[in-house]
Amino acid sequence: MNASHVHTENAYRSLSETTELDDPRWAFGTGIVEEEGAELSSPVPSGVDATDLAAYCLMLGDDALVLQHRLSEWVANAPELEEEVALANIALDLLGQARVLLGRAGHLLGSDEDDLAYLRTENEFRNVRLVEPSDELDFAHCIARLLLFSTWRLALLQRLQQSADPVLAAVAAKGVKEVAYHRDYAVRWTLRLGDGTAHSHERMQAGLVAVWPYYDELFRSTEIECRVGVDPAGLRAEVDDVLDQVLAAATLERPTIPGAFTVGGRAGREGLHTEKLGLVLAELQSIARQHPGATW
Amino acid sequence: MVSLVSGDSRQSDYPHSRGVVAGVVDPEMPMLTLDDLGVIRSVSEDGGAVTVTITPTYSGCPAVEEMRADIRRALTAAGYEEVQVRTVFSPAWSTDWISDAGRRKLAEAGIAPPGPAPTGPVVLNLAPPAGPSAHVRCPHCGAPATEEISRFGPTACTALRRCPACREPFEHMKEM
Repeated sequence: MNASHVHTENAYRSLSETTELDDPRWAFGTGIVEEEGAELSSPVPSGVDATDLAAYCLMLGDDALVLQHRLSEWVANAPELEEEVALANIALDLLGQARVLLGRAGHLLGSDEDDLAYLRTENEFRNVRLVEPSDELDFAHCIARLLLFSTWRLALLQRLQQSADPVLAAVAAKGVKEVAYHRDYAVRWTLRLGDGTAHSHERMQAGLVAVWPYYDELFRSTEIECRVGVDPAGLRAEVDDVLDQVLAAATLERPTIPGAFTVGGRAGREGLHTEKLGLVLAELQSIARQHPGATW
Repeated sequence: MVSLVSGDSRQSDYPHSRGVVAGVVDPEMPMLTLDDLGVIRSVSEDGGAVTVTITPTYSGCPAVEEMRADIRRALTAAGYEEVQVRTVFSPAWSTDWISDAGRRKLAEAGIAPPGPAPTGPVVLNLAPPAGPSAHVRCPHCGAPATEEISRFGPTACTALRRCPACREPFEHMKEM
């Protein structure tokens, strides 16, 4: 029997039709843990505390989950269709990284990716605060944040490829390839806007100023990061160097404004967030909370 | 358990499970089979039970769930009673795993196939866009140099380009 006849005539038919062979689908995820036991259920490496590892997966997973939501807000709102598609693709990569990381955390915590994404409250999220503000449909703001985030995450993932945890190592190896494209996209736009017209230069500089208060936090070390992951303090020299090169080539000035306040030294990694995170979660979680366990 | 990998011609009472899986087409680029795309990591058979391991092209590739469903359907239709499809992330998929046949089919469908995947450290490129580049040939007219319109195309794995000779836009599968 030739199996290739299945749905070759219409790639979209298989997306909409169901047969007796299909399981009902949970409306918000696709059950990554059950089917993909291969890596997500790998044993915890010796010497590593499972609770620490889960907390670290949540940190990197939440960074990606919250930023992909903000990037997705550009769909149907970007200045050009190409940029809309680009931002949606970047968001999709980050969503994929978030799903694996939350899936790993879910396995370690006896939960799953959907419960972790849709049923945690603000103070249970562990993302850095850089990913929280809305771009307010300001494209230069979007590019400025993506420049900082992708430069930092690329440096982080490059080091994380050496992780003793097979899931972190796999996410990092795949993520490096993806985030390299994200950084390249942000760098190109930074150059184009910064070294463009007087107006585009001013807007790009303002975008940098808007996101810069959250830059320092990217390099704050927490004990968990140092124990089971990459110490972010060690990324600073490399990230500073890349940004200095980009900003110089784009004729932009590195802002000198101080970092956003912390509370007793605590910030996003300890669950202390800006009020903007609540707005993200309200939208992200509303359907899952209104229709618990919905399938289609 | 018998492990059947690419090129194995072992016979069994069941239709060849590796062949069945290899013929399933990619949901987003139906001109390619999963075998062409290089995402099938292994197919192993134990009586009527088959375990298939695939790898996603991108972390967030939305087609993975459809691939799994299509593999399950194809194997069930071919008489296999128990089918398990697993996804592994490591080692990360590379466009270097796309077969020569797959590259030919991409070009025939108007999608420029990827060149060799980059290796070594990620390069910080600060140079302004330099016009047509010779690393991607036009899949329509064969002109050797084409220019990039957008680094991100309609699917995560493609970029948009245009040919200065025949003026046609086309997709290019990005090196990954």
